[in-house]
Amino acid sequence: MSIEYKHHEFDVIVIGAGGAGLRAAIESARSGVKTAIISKSLLGKAHTVMAVGGCAAALQNADPRDNWKVHFHDTMKGSKWLADWKMAEFHAKEAPERVRELEQWGAVFDRTNNNLINQRNFGGHTFPRLAHVGDSTGLEIIRTLQEKGIHSGIDIFMEYTVTDLFKDNEGKCIGCIGYNRVDGEIHTFSAKSIILATGGITRCWSICSGSWEYTGDGHALALKAGAELRDMEFVQFHPTGMVWPPSVRGILVTEGVRGEGGRLLNSENDRFMFNYVPEMFAGDHAETIEESNQWVEEVVSGKLATVRRPPELLTRDVVAKAINSEVKAGRGSPHGGAFLDISHRGEEAILKKLPSMHHQFKELAGVDISKEPMEVGPTAHYVMGGIRVDAKTQESCVSGLFACGEVASGLHGANRLGGNSLSDLIVFGKRAGEFASKNAKDKSQPTIDEDEIQKAASKILAPLMNKEGENPGKIYDELRDMMQENVGIIRTKEEMVSALTKLKEFDERQKNTFSGTSRKYNSGWHQALDLNNMIIVSKAATLAALTREESRGGHTRDDFPTPDDDYWGQILNIIWMDDGEVKIKQEEKEEMRDDLKDAIKEVKAMIAERAAEHGGEK
Amino acid sequence: MSLKGKKQSFRILRGDSENSSMEDFEIELDEGMVVLDCVHRIQHEQQADLAVRWNCKAGKCGSCSAEINGKPKLMCMTRMNDVVAETPENIPIEIRPMKSFPLIKDLVTDVSWNYEIAQKIKPINGPDEKNWEFNQMEADRVQHFRECIECFLCSNTCHVLRDHDLFDNFAGPRNLVRLAQFEMHPLDKEDRIPEIKKDFGVEYCNITRCCTEVCPAGINITDDAIIPLKERVVDRYYDPIKMIWRKITGRK
Ligand SMILES: Cc1cc2nc3c(=O)[nH]c(=O)nc-3n(C[C@H](O)[C@H](O)[C@H](O)COP(=O)(O)OP(=O)(O)OC[C@H]3O[C@@H](n4cnc5c(N)ncnc54)[C@H](O)[C@@H]3O)c2cc1C
Ligand code: SF4
Ligand code: SF4
Ligand code: FES
Repeated sequence: MSIEYKHHEFDVIVIGAGGAGLRAAIESARSGVKTAIISKSLLGKAHTVMAVGGCAAALQNADPRDNWKVHFHDTMKGSKWLADWKMAEFHAKEAPERVRELEQWGAVFDRTNNNLINQRNFGGHTFPRLAHVGDSTGLEIIRTLQEKGIHSGIDIFMEYTVTDLFKDNEGKCIGCIGYNRVDGEIHTFSAKSIILATGGITRCWSICSGSWEYTGDGHALALKAGAELRDMEFVQFHPTGMVWPPSVRGILVTEGVRGEGGRLLNSENDRFMFNYVPEMFAGDHAETIEESNQWVEEVVSGKLATVRRPPELLTRDVVAKAINSEVKAGRGSPHGGAFLDISHRGEEAILKKLPSMHHQFKELAGVDISKEPMEVGPTAHYVMGGIRVDAKTQESCVSGLFACGEVASGLHGANRLGGNSLSDLIVFGKRAGEFASKNAKDKSQPTIDEDEIQKAASKILAPLMNKEGENPGKIYDELRDMMQENVGIIRTKEEMVSALTKLKEFDERQKNTFSGTSRKYNSGWHQALDLNNMIIVSKAATLAALTREESRGGHTRDDFPTPDDDYWGQILNIIWMDDGEVKIKQEEKEEMRDDLKDAIKEVKAMIAERAAEHGGEK
Repeated sequence: MSLKGKKQSFRILRGDSENSSMEDFEIELDEGMVVLDCVHRIQHEQQADLAVRWNCKAGKCGSCSAEINGKPKLMCMTRMNDVVAETPENIPIEIRPMKSFPLIKDLVTDVSWNYEIAQKIKPINGPDEKNWEFNQMEADRVQHFRECIECFLCSNTCHVLRDHDLFDNFAGPRNLVRLAQFEMHPLDKEDRIPEIKKDFGVEYCNITRCCTEVCPAGINITDDAIIPLKERVVDRYYDPIKMIWRKITGRK
């Protein structure tokens, strides 16, 4: 007997209602094509709502010395020169316009003394660059896009999970299938373009800053449909997650704390970051506590900085590894982290600038951050890797399949700068929406093959057919612990080889789960289906990490502790799928355009000059 | 007080709109848990199909609203230390879904009504030129409202909806906050006063402040959002001098 389903037809389907998906859908609807957006959660609950620190754009409001070239340089350097320079160029040039547009759609960012959008400092950004709202920037951005979106004529499917994509005989992407989480009914969607905006994969690690949604669905959907992933070995472990109590371990402490002058200390009360400045950044950061303090004083009082920034604001990979080393050396905090202290800024400033951090620590850890230091440690936070897309159009190698936001890749290379994700969402969300709708014009509505629908539908229902089996929650927890242990912040060949073996075992176990037979809001069933994606992306991340025999950005090998600029510095790992198997190949990165090389040189000279003057610019 | 190792019983509503009952569960607690952790533990160890919404686990997304021992709260921000302390020994901790919205299953309710009202609110309408100029003091007034995480606990608590079921006549505190946020935006030019009176029924609110009390985002809903909206309605419709002034000048 065939499985029943409901069918829908659209020009453009956007899968994901975070910042990237909403921005894409708005753009698509604006160009006049029939657009729908599908998301696993209710509108406004996607990951984007959790983003705190800010959205990077060289607006030149807080510091006129900033411009797109400096932002471009900072992004490329932060990426350890692996980012797709074409994307970095679009991003640096277009982010200011996208942020100003948000303001017109109702976003109310913090202001400068000149009544414009204010900008804050963040690690790796040469100048104050992040448009922000206290520490709830993501909320501001998603709410703005949501409010714009609901008046743009977009059909919204909330609490639907997409499980497979469909292609036609010519290999074009033509639709998708999924289930309604509420009543368990199956729905199919035919579309001329599909945009994946499903976010990240960090739920695969037990200590992470992400929610249940981050099971890498979009990464897995794309692989299964024949698209390629790149940079999957680069997972950003954010240096400052909460470490205590256990139930909140991993929840993010925004980098904004350090941007506002937060100090990292070890158990000996030593500001250890001064000892961890890598050669690549030598001379860019303050060398004494006095210089650091002066920088904070200048910056918080709204002046232009005349000295260099504190080493706490080094890029995330550097700070995360430093905390890791301090803990290993026995100088960690009581629960295995480091101390982060902002109390010197005083209660009033903290309540104004970091209200949700204050609230979070008070409520969840019983710590008053205006009086005592926080305990922090690394947490899996962001995946730089994702679907390989064309820089201009955001189309993958599968025709008609686009991707934007965290699920796409290229902008961040080996390491993402804080604040560069929110800007990524709006810049490339818009591009994806624009080109997906162009692709959809003048095409007839595709038809999906009934046999394929039935096959995909029976996969959805499979876990409900089991009469007995393991609780999927148990497999889920064990998988995450396994990845944390074997493919965590510091990696070795042996551990990763064993991880790959274990992933095969998880693959078998996930077939035999039991979570009852009801289709109605059955969390266990949903989790059983998510497991499938987690295993695929865990394999992709592990295989890429095992193959890259060097340390760079978000990928650190104990057995290859230094970067290998001659070989791996030029190479991208590309993941693809062949008959259900995750495969890997290497490709040389593309040589940068000459005018961009000149731009980089120009910015480097400017930074060197600042360093030579001990940061003292007039 | 460490709760590690303590056996704790819970009584949780299970079922759907047609058929539901309270069911008992017992789990062993760990240190520092919040209520949502306990629900997850029950899910992972005993009842895989227990339905619950959550996302951020840090009070930022507003997904995990429920009534814990009768009090409307975010499960992810309610510490077990506090709940255990307030619950008499040997009595289970009670967790129910929000009462004012239709039950879907277990702890999950249908909150789509809130989204439907939001759809009816006219969006921002400001200058066409980019780089809007306004100062931090003006921003502060609206930013406060924009901290709303859409947990809908306020609307769940408001007696106009909860007891009197006036879903067709009253927008509820959450959406009044949204209206206030647009109305008080320094550069917004839209006129929403007629519908604030008529369709969104601001006058049904009788200032009991129950919504403000439960708001996890600390928004002063009644005093900062609703009362100013009421005043604007009064100014428009009941103030004779202003009415004459409007007739003469033709302004809103
Ligand atoms: C705690 C935290 C703080 C952060 N702070 C910052 C910051 O200050 N600055 C910054 O730039 N970045 C920050 N980031 C990173 C940034 O928030 C995210 O990378 C970004 O929001 C991702 O947006 P997105 O639109 O790609 O995906 P998301 O916002 O995660 O949205 C994904 C969407 O896809 C949907 N989806 C997923 N799978 C499916 C499926 N199978 N079927 C249907 N729908 C699906 C989900 O329901 C969701 O709607 C932070 C991240 C976290 C976790
Ligand atoms: S103050 Fe008004 S909106 Fe709030 S609960 Fe009371 S009646 Fe409802
Ligand atoms: S106003 Fe407060 S209680 Fe109401 S939905 Fe928003 S955050 Fe929740
Ligand atoms: S899970 Fe986000 S508010 Fe509770």
